[in-house]
Amino acid sequence: MYNKAINGFTTAMKGLSLTFRHLFASNAKRKVISVSDDNYFKQLEGTNTIQYPHQKLPVPEVGRYQLDVEIDDCIVCDLCAKICPVDCITIESIKSTTGSIGETSDGSKKLLYAPKFDIDMAKCMYCGLCTIVCPTECIVMTNQYDKSVFELKNLNYEFADMAPEVAAEKRQLLENQLAERQAAKLAAMNKKEGDA
Amino acid sequence: MNFYTTYFLIAIGLFAFVALFTLFGVYAERKLSAFIQDRLGPTEVGKFGMLQTLADIMKLIQKELIIPAAADKVLFLMAPVIIFVAVYLGFAALPWAPGLVPANVNIGLYYILAIISIETLGILMAGWGSNNKYSILGAMRSAAQIISYEIPAGFALISVVMIAQTLNLQDISMQQGILSPEKIKFLGLWDVSVNGGILAWNIFRAPHLIIAFVIYFIASLAESNRAPFDIPEAESELVAGFHTEFTGLQFALVFLAEYAMMYLVSMVGVILFLGAWNTPLPNIGAVHLASWTTGIAWGIFWIATKTLALIAVQMWIRWTLPRLRVDQLMNLCWKVLTPLAFLCMLISGVWRLWLM
Repeated sequence: MYNKAINGFTTAMKGLSLTFRHLFASNAKRKVISVSDDNYFKQLEGTNTIQYPHQKLPVPEVGRYQLDVEIDDCIVCDLCAKICPVDCITIESIKSTTGSIGETSDGSKKLLYAPKFDIDMAKCMYCGLCTIVCPTECIVMTNQYDKSVFELKNLNYEFADMAPEVAAEKRQLLENQLAERQAAKLAAMNKKEGDA
Repeated sequence: MNFYTTYFLIAIGLFAFVALFTLFGVYAERKLSAFIQDRLGPTEVGKFGMLQTLADIMKLIQKELIIPAAADKVLFLMAPVIIFVAVYLGFAALPWAPGLVPANVNIGLYYILAIISIETLGILMAGWGSNNKYSILGAMRSAAQIISYEIPAGFALISVVMIAQTLNLQDISMQQGILSPEKIKFLGLWDVSVNGGILAWNIFRAPHLIIAFVIYFIASLAESNRAPFDIPEAESELVAGFHTEFTGLQFALVFLAEYAMMYLVSMVGVILFLGAWNTPLPNIGAVHLASWTTGIAWGIFWIATKTLALIAVQMWIRWTLPRLRVDQLMNLCWKVLTPLAFLCMLISGVWRLWLM
């Protein structure tokens, strides 16, 4: 009984003195140093708070915080959309009527237009599979982590740079070409039947 | 007619003081807890975040008053008012300086003990009226706790009253300094009626009152529902206890009552044990420190400083010690504090008879 009381008092005093020391310890702001710094885990003095919008911890350049697409390098192969486990990538493609429409920076031929290349970062699970399968390495993960938005729809990143009118025009061209080919095919078939 | 104007002015002044103290108290608590935990606390609103609580209260005022569909409307709406008014009325009898007391009641201490007990009723009304499991559990715990801890607190106060022989708080204050009408003896041996200062405080007039003070202080923590005795609103188990369902201004009123209660119990402790509005500096020979630092302005300064210091200790304890379990709480009250308080009362009687 007495031991318990004494124990209670000593432990309470220990706790109170600990908090008291912290109350008057240094209130210095935390230094912003990278986690790779040798002194990172030795910062035992001062406060722990990082005042976020004003202070930012340096992050590694190879951080994998969100997806980015270099649309000029994309050959619209749709591999990333196919491999995505959560289907957060939506790609629409229009075949070019005039063959190659240019080259990517690594020399691959581009044969398709991409009127729509959307990545919904709200659905993304950051597995990085899309970056692995991409043949031209145009889809990458960047070290930009601050992606808070006020509207959910703003998390849907649109990477396509085609104007809708241009896309409609290309679609029309492709349809015309397909129709022509279909007509030619029909004509050829009719001819064949006529010959027979 | 002037009569009533004065009454209203005093009431409004006290309310303004309570509101300002709450604004300051919440800010101080947040900063203190932040520094104890090596954080920074509020920093964004105003210099050092000083306008944070003002922004908070502005937000609370704009909020919708939500009454749960199943709640007992009358009890639910009245509860915060009763909780606050019970505490607020307690301020009426507290002396601030020599000659400065809102109501010089000759049973002041008894009045304060009686009026702050009504808070329990408000808490029970809040818990029952909310029609919510957490609220009723919190309210039951709160009622059990407050009623239990009133006993050691009451006996600790009675041991002071037996030394002072009066329930008038202004008279009790008067006895603890150079303005005392009767002889004061330091530890019952040395006449310090002219020296005054810290030597004349009640805890030094009769040293067993130090124990009574500690008992009162612990019980006062429990009565204002503060950690380590905050099981009525234990966040981790009861959401927010009896004030779970309150929103907006009603919530603000409950909060106001909690901080007002902190100030009230601390001030009662200061008045009864720590020399009330008397200066801690004694007269030493020709250096009349006590006489120089006694007066209305000095009185307000001393009592406010002492009370705020005691509140700082309350906050310090809150951010250090973990919450007591309900059986530990009752053990401490009935098996430790109550017998000790009885012992203090007994010593007080003997002290009064043989040493004063």
